[in-house]
Amino acid sequence: MTDSNLSLMAHLMRRAGFGASRDELERRVEVGYEATVDELLNPQTQDPVDIYEFLRYYPLWWKPGTMGGLGHASWVWRMINTKAPLQEKLCLFYHQLFATGVAKVDHYDEIEDMIDSFRDQGLGHYKDLLMMVAQSPAMIYWLDNHENHADSVNENWGRELLELFTMGVGNYTETDVRECSRAFTGWTLKHKLPRFHMGRWDWEYEFRPEDHDYSEKTFLGHTGNFDGEEIIDIVLSKPPTAAFIARHLYSFFVADEPQVPAWSVTPPNDPKAVQFIADALMESDYHIGTVLGKIFNSDFFKDARFERVKNPTEVVIGTLRLVEDTERPAPETMNWASQIGFMGQELLNPPSVEGWHSGIEWINSGTLMKRTNFTAEMISDLSKPGVVKIINRIKASGSSPEDVVDACLDVMGPLDIPAESRDELLDHAKNLGEIDWDDDRPGQGGAAKATEILQLVVSLREYQFA
Amino acid sequence: MTSLLDNGANLNGSIDDPVIVVLQLTGGNDYMNTVVPYNDPLYRDYRPTVNVGEDEVLTLDDQIGLHPTMGPIRDMYEEGNVAILHGVGYENSPRSHFRSMDIWHTCEPDTLGTEGWLGRVVRELDPNKENVVTAVSMGPALFRALVAPDVPVATVENIDSYGLLTDITPEEKLNRVLGRYKRMYSPAIGSGPVMDYLGQTGLDALKGAEILNVAPEQYTSTVEYSDSSISRKLKGIAQVHLAGLGSRVFYCDHGSFDTHADQLGIHNKLWSQVSQGIRDFFDDLEEHNAADNVVMFLFSEFGRRVYDNGSGTDHGAGGVCLAIGKGIKGGQYGQYPSTKASDLDQGDLIPDMDFRSVYTGLVEDWLGLDPVPIVGGTFEKPDFILK
Repeated sequence: MTDSNLSLMAHLMRRAGFGASRDELERRVEVGYEATVDELLNPQTQDPVDIYEFLRYYPLWWKPGTMGGLGHASWVWRMINTKAPLQEKLCLFYHQLFATGVAKVDHYDEIEDMIDSFRDQGLGHYKDLLMMVAQSPAMIYWLDNHENHADSVNENWGRELLELFTMGVGNYTETDVRECSRAFTGWTLKHKLPRFHMGRWDWEYEFRPEDHDYSEKTFLGHTGNFDGEEIIDIVLSKPPTAAFIARHLYSFFVADEPQVPAWSVTPPNDPKAVQFIADALMESDYHIGTVLGKIFNSDFFKDARFERVKNPTEVVIGTLRLVEDTERPAPETMNWASQIGFMGQELLNPPSVEGWHSGIEWINSGTLMKRTNFTAEMISDLSKPGVVKIINRIKASGSSPEDVVDACLDVMGPLDIPAESRDELLDHAKNLGEIDWDDDRPGQGGAAKATEILQLVVSLREYQFA
Repeated sequence: MTSLLDNGANLNGSIDDPVIVVLQLTGGNDYMNTVVPYNDPLYRDYRPTVNVGEDEVLTLDDQIGLHPTMGPIRDMYEEGNVAILHGVGYENSPRSHFRSMDIWHTCEPDTLGTEGWLGRVVRELDPNKENVVTAVSMGPALFRALVAPDVPVATVENIDSYGLLTDITPEEKLNRVLGRYKRMYSPAIGSGPVMDYLGQTGLDALKGAEILNVAPEQYTSTVEYSDSSISRKLKGIAQVHLAGLGSRVFYCDHGSFDTHADQLGIHNKLWSQVSQGIRDFFDDLEEHNAADNVVMFLFSEFGRRVYDNGSGTDHGAGGVCLAIGKGIKGGQYGQYPSTKASDLDQGDLIPDMDFRSVYTGLVEDWLGLDPVPIVGGTFEKPDFILK
């Protein structure tokens, strides 16, 4: 086992998952990189998370309906506990892409159903995902397709299908938007029953032939009596769609790109890599699992260490998986779910259909505080088994300031930081005095000193990157 | 309490310096149901369902009236403190929320802008970065309008919990860790713009928290704000403004105004929240005799489609802006765009006033800065600021 293997595995697990403890990384290095990629791409080989365990503790959160603020707690718990982290990471990817929120939908259950579909179908063909989303009651309500009628077209879904979910601005005309929207008339949801009597009722997709516009449409140069599925087929046949989805995959899994609205006017940072992904999409009929396999095994992926700013979900879930003792459903689960929101990413409630602005835009003075405060608090909590394991690894490396600082940086990444930053940590460790591992006084002993260094490590600028 | 001077606050300004509060109506506010052309027969033809009833509209003159929930704004209009800026937008509206918002934020309709216009304003107001709370954005997100390299912005979600590593005890340890934090975040030369931004943000957070923490401590008021997220944000802004920390630019938003469906109910709720929030905010400032130097500016990324779709309205082009405050020369500016079918562009009102002209008025006449580099050109400005 070499450090470079370990560092590469840590990179893969940060991107294809939510990071991993050192024990897990060492196990995975034994298995090998490509085998690990295969395992991640085959979530069915892992025991699924028993969501009923969570619901036995918190039955209220089964179908929370309209109850504010916490419909995402069960998903957060699943992300903490999954043995198939790529599956949950992809749910997050799609949730960011097909951003749908309770601020308007006002019905957690329906958005959770959508996340469940991402979990089931996320590694499959993008067309199936688009069809699922087009018929998802949450999305239909979110983008008003229930108000898209044969005799009065509502362009919301039709526009965003083209702008946000497939082609991007600049590849279609206003007429295409209208024609596209007409093809989705009659794609609606069944009337919901009255609110507040026995809670929210489930919604269901329904096609109403009498409300569908069957007349001829001309869309992106094709003419015919298209329905929604044929529109999706036409859109997927256009190279801009592959390029657009490729850029999304690149930005989420490889390296930060400018924000999506800028894509129509700014080329990708690495056009060759994005083209490689776009080609893989076209060749595989948009099979996301196949494409992700090619990405994770590519040199451009392996070289892109720490080139993404962690999103808040990665910050919180990554930290919780690292410190452990977070697996049991507990009242804190709700707090952890909220923390992600405090850092600017309230799950199941994105700010708009565009999703969240990512990359460096996750960072501002307020969110940087929340990120630092949360990770620093968790990493210094010696009641957490994962923290104890980290301390034991540091302990095993020695007691000089150099030993302790380097061990902290190693076990928290491995992190490669500039000499100036390491010097600061070293200076701090020296000022704390010799680490006496036999001194176990709370707040002053060896472990307490080591956690102070860990708090500084997670406060580093470099720690904001994945 | 920490000395303000030590923190660099309020060094180069006085409490009377002009302050701007931007309230962004996110999602595309429907111009025609906000400032209603109630006497235009076409209005009711276009809007058989999604209209403001003639008996409900708060009339301003024989042509124009406000949405019925905008009573507080009507009152201020009658006192001469509201400017209505008609038909604001830009050519070739993309009708995309996100692209359009970017354009409003950066003043770059043709290329990708990276700097926000207010970021440039802050840079001019405080070129030596003497005050990290010159600009305060009510978070969690930082609005692109405020983003410019090397310009600090305090992004505050909840002013009471705004602080770094606040869980660390005892104080001796906290001070030791924060001292190191400060050193670790001091910009490392040549490490690139992203690292520089992070470094600066960390330092600004540290310094800004020390300064802003005094605001809620000092604040008392008899005004009880109404219960909505926009009122909470405006209250936070009032607290900071009243603490006299030298903040000049405030930013907040409310929404979503993206009313493709069920518009009547949603628009009602949103505008009553916004109107009440604005009333509470100015009442609060008045109570403290601190309203004279505050102008509030409201905009949205676009107006909505002239024809309704049976339940709501789709994305449009020309919209309306409002400027409110004692520094405003009340009245109406520009023309309501023609609603004749032949004058519409793909079913939308054609904007007649470039948004950068409005910014020019705010930047030059209110803030007293050279508008050309800030808005990216020379634009004829409406004369809506009292001089």
